Amino acid sequence: MPDLLFELFSEEIPARMQAQAAADLQRLVTNALVEAGVTYEGARAFATPRRIALHVAGLPARQPDTREERKGPRVGSPEGAIQGFLKSAGLADISEAKIESDPKKGEFYVAIIDKKGRATIELLAEVLPGVIRAFPWPKSMRWGKASASPGSLRWVRPLRSIVATFGTDTEDPEIVPFDIDGLKAGNITYGHRFHAPDAIRVKRFDDYVTKLEAAKVVLDAERRKEIIRADAKTLAFAQGLELIEDEGLLDEVAGLVEWPVVLMGSFDEAFLDVPGEVIRATIRANQKCFVLRGADGKLANRFLMVANIAAKDGGKTIIAGNERVIRARLSDAKFFWETDKRIWAADNVELKRLERFRNVTFHEKLGSQYERIERIRALAKELCKVTGADEAKVDRAAQLAKLDLQTEVVGEFPEVQGLMGRIYATLNGEDASVAAAIEEHYKPLGPTDRVPNDPVAVTVALADKLDTLVGFWAIDEKPTGSKDPYALRRAALGVIRLVVENGLRLDLAAFINFQFLQIVESIGFTKPVVFQPADSPGGWDGLTSSFIARGRSRGDDWEALFNDDTIFRVCYQKDGEFEDGDGRSFSWNIFEEDYEQLWALIPRGQVRADLLSFFHDRLKVMLRDKGARHDLVDAVLGNGRIAKSSEVGTGSREDFASKEDSNDDLLLVTRRVEALGKFLDTEDGKSLLAGSKRAANILRAEEKKDGEGTFEAPADPAGFTEGAEKALHAALVAAGNEAEAALAVPDYEAAMRALSTLRAPVDAFFEAVMVNAEDAAIRKNRLALLAAFRRVTRRIADFSKIAG
Amino acid sequence: MTALENLPPHLRPDRSFQGLILTLQNFWASKGCVILQPYDMEVGAGTFHPATTLRSLGPKRWNAAYVQPSRRPKDGRYGDNPNRFQHYYQFQVILKPSPENLQELYLESLAAIGIDPLVHDIRFVEDDWESPTVGAWGLGWECWCDGMEVSQFTYFQQVAGQECAPVAGELTYGLERLAMYLQGVNNGFELNFNGLEGDDKVTYGEVFRQAEEEYSRHNFEYADTEKLFRNFADAEKECRALLAAGEPQEGANDQRHRQVLPAYDQCIKASHAFNLLDARGVISVTERQSYILRVRELAKACGAAWVKTEAGGA
Repeated sequence: MPDLLFELFSEEIPARMQAQAAADLQRLVTNALVEAGVTYEGARAFATPRRIALHVAGLPARQPDTREERKGPRVGSPEGAIQGFLKSAGLADISEAKIESDPKKGEFYVAIIDKKGRATIELLAEVLPGVIRAFPWPKSMRWGKASASPGSLRWVRPLRSIVATFGTDTEDPEIVPFDIDGLKAGNITYGHRFHAPDAIRVKRFDDYVTKLEAAKVVLDAERRKEIIRADAKTLAFAQGLELIEDEGLLDEVAGLVEWPVVLMGSFDEAFLDVPGEVIRATIRANQKCFVLRGADGKLANRFLMVANIAAKDGGKTIIAGNERVIRARLSDAKFFWETDKRIWAADNVELKRLERFRNVTFHEKLGSQYERIERIRALAKELCKVTGADEAKVDRAAQLAKLDLQTEVVGEFPEVQGLMGRIYATLNGEDASVAAAIEEHYKPLGPTDRVPNDPVAVTVALADKLDTLVGFWAIDEKPTGSKDPYALRRAALGVIRLVVENGLRLDLAAFINFQFLQIVESIGFTKPVVFQPADSPGGWDGLTSSFIARGRSRGDDWEALFNDDTIFRVCYQKDGEFEDGDGRSFSWNIFEEDYEQLWALIPRGQVRADLLSFFHDRLKVMLRDKGARHDLVDAVLGNGRIAKSSEVGTGSREDFASKEDSNDDLLLVTRRVEALGKFLDTEDGKSLLAGSKRAANILRAEEKKDGEGTFEAPADPAGFTEGAEKALHAALVAAGNEAEAALAVPDYEAAMRALSTLRAPVDAFFEAVMVNAEDAAIRKNRLALLAAFRRVTRRIADFSKIAG
Repeated sequence: MTALENLPPHLRPDRSFQGLILTLQNFWASKGCVILQPYDMEVGAGTFHPATTLRSLGPKRWNAAYVQPSRRPKDGRYGDNPNRFQHYYQFQVILKPSPENLQELYLESLAAIGIDPLVHDIRFVEDDWESPTVGAWGLGWECWCDGMEVSQFTYFQQVAGQECAPVAGELTYGLERLAMYLQGVNNGFELNFNGLEGDDKVTYGEVFRQAEEEYSRHNFEYADTEKLFRNFADAEKECRALLAAGEPQEGANDQRHRQVLPAYDQCIKASHAFNLLDARGVISVTERQSYILRVRELAKACGAAWVKTEAGGA
């Protein structure tokens, strides 16, 4: 069976795009083939800095033949209809069509369209240029003479040549005949830019790989990585050192070379005074070199670079050059580090630096870094009530947390933010847990990053993330699709992990409310914010509103004026400055002509509801990634905490509807999911699930007839005619009370145990009782009993959302 | 390599700063470039020279190379930093349309100044170039030699808000850095300028250190900010006035624009005034964005007018 070899040879492709490009090439070509009915045995794609290549093995020589029957108009239809049919079916005369008959339609024409499968190479000649034209590069460009005309070919960097051969290994393969923007597919490729720049004629994949290798090109990125890793370890070992592995850097470096040669260089030991992370960041970010550690675990004064040539002098010049650059970089880093240390040692430096944050914009709509720090401090203080952290330490940590952003080292290497703050704070004699919190308040940075557990760090970390989330929600800058420029998903996951892994009972809704107010007020420091009081509906026109004065403190009077639906408008004051007299609040008649609306904040209620459901989505993703059943999360989220009572005798359906605020305690949601999962693994659980589904189905069917909520009135114990009814009723009352007591603790295991007592009476009920009795009163009473059963189970979870 | 060996020692690019410049000029002249002299105004980079900004627009072929003294007021370090100057030289090459062998030509130019790619590790590392002030962007690389960035290599996609059709290729050599590498010195001020030794030797520091000191003081301390704000506003106003004056009359036979180059000079002036104000620290972060935008608007207006001139292809 013939193979396809396809190579797109270009100028240097950015390292970060190569792997995706290879995957896209494979997907696009094989999808197009499969769509044309052509199957293949295997396909694999490769990328180097200068080429992406695809090998598709075991293709048929021809596309399979197809036959299509196309129904046409009735016999005797008008000429126009007949002509149209002939044209669409590709027939010359109506006599070429078959006549079929149908008892309903009568006689009609049918065209048999036999399509000979094309030679695969012809198909490829059509598919491959299409793939090139539609290639999904993240960024592409035009170049050369052709770019004078619109619609010229785009590629990631100029595309230089194309190899496309097709054939079996027993014959000379053919060249897939196509050209694109003057570039003709052929069988010529090129080796290493410097070692083997001449044209190389290739036949098929196996000789292509061998010839490239001889021309100092390692086609497979994984192999390049292995070579680099192995050589790096060997070189390190020979010096009694250990490579500090760095997968991200390895991926990048493997995308910068076709012929990797690892070399070792060194730098002056004096630089080791600089914190190891800073040295590593310098060498990694700017020079894309690896660092090493000695037997004592400390950073060594060596580094490893990966060259793209086997140099004539064995690499001496390359090493010397890299050492020079690294020396200059480390001199800078050392200078920054020493400057910072000196400045940090001065009195009250932190206050001076905090002041500078007034001029640093955090986000155009969310004010300065200074305002953000103040907001975080306020929220962190509030959160201490939940985390039990020392308020004074939390406040100090929140105040200092962002200070290292103003240091030279962090200005140069943003990736060491937090860490530097900790180092400087420690040097300055700050409390150890304050210093640690400065570093850890950014954590966790992802699903696998460590979660802080010192209460001070936890508190500041929560405040930092919640402020970010509420802020961006309030200005309607939420993540969409793949776009999440402010890493809000990560922040939400961080909140969840901080809460769950530290066992915190956090009333999220309340803190969202709290921070929303902080944000409105902090915007009010710099720009007038007007709002529509709760009791004055209507638009902007002629609005009489209150003006949130600068520096105004929180007060009940103010809070009483707005509610969840109040719209806050952030304004630009056209002229003059409004002074607020007593420095507190005052009312002002706002006229449209005095202000220009810049933007409106999303109402608090909507922010809260939206943000909570965002947390739920993140929680689902997190639990699912941990192997929890997705449907259990939905079931638990679908239940209601707000239910007024689980008493068998009372309650209406709405009590059990999901309320947005009911699931804002993420720790409890997680625990409920765990307990529910365990319960459903038991026989009692499975059986009760089946019973509850049966009850729900019956209720749903009967509610359709009698109307929603008909059966929610309490069952009348006097109306029971069967023992099983009475037994179930008694069991529901007992289990309901027990579950309620357990939920109050909360002890979900106990609540599940209470539910499990229902298994036997439920089974017995369905066994012995005909729900739809002829007597209307008896029927209604039985359905009321089932509704009570549904209510009791819903206190734990919405069983209808559970699969199985 | 033979060409190199034929040079008198004091003109060798690895021994003399001016030797490096002359070698690059000769190389690109031999490839058919127009060798221009620096633009006679204060600019932040070689790209600002109208030979690049404006000439890269329109359909006409254009191949040029020149040295451009570049001023970045904020980069001043009072002559204390061996690597960072507020005034430095760029060697700029612009080729339109970008030739197919542009990478090879670039490598050949490195060979001409003594960089053998089988001894030195030359790399093209992704770098998407963007100049918000000129309303320009392109894709290309920073070119590395043994881990050091020695050039910028860009395929212009848009300049002054205009699509480039055809695309021009731009090469920018950082001359001081390249020379430091070739001469093997760690301090830019110690570069041998004229390639001579002993009493005849002139260093880069002898030529420029005092200027670095004085201009650093000027840029950070003494520059009259009120005057600069005024200069900015005046330049902006004049740029717009000139563009309006040069607009073709409605119904006239000649529909070409007649005042682009003088208008563009005002755009350059506004840009430099902004850079100085920025160095003086009198522009807040928010304002900064709006100033950049204002310069960009001027550059875009000039670009739009340029394509209505003869050199712009009208």
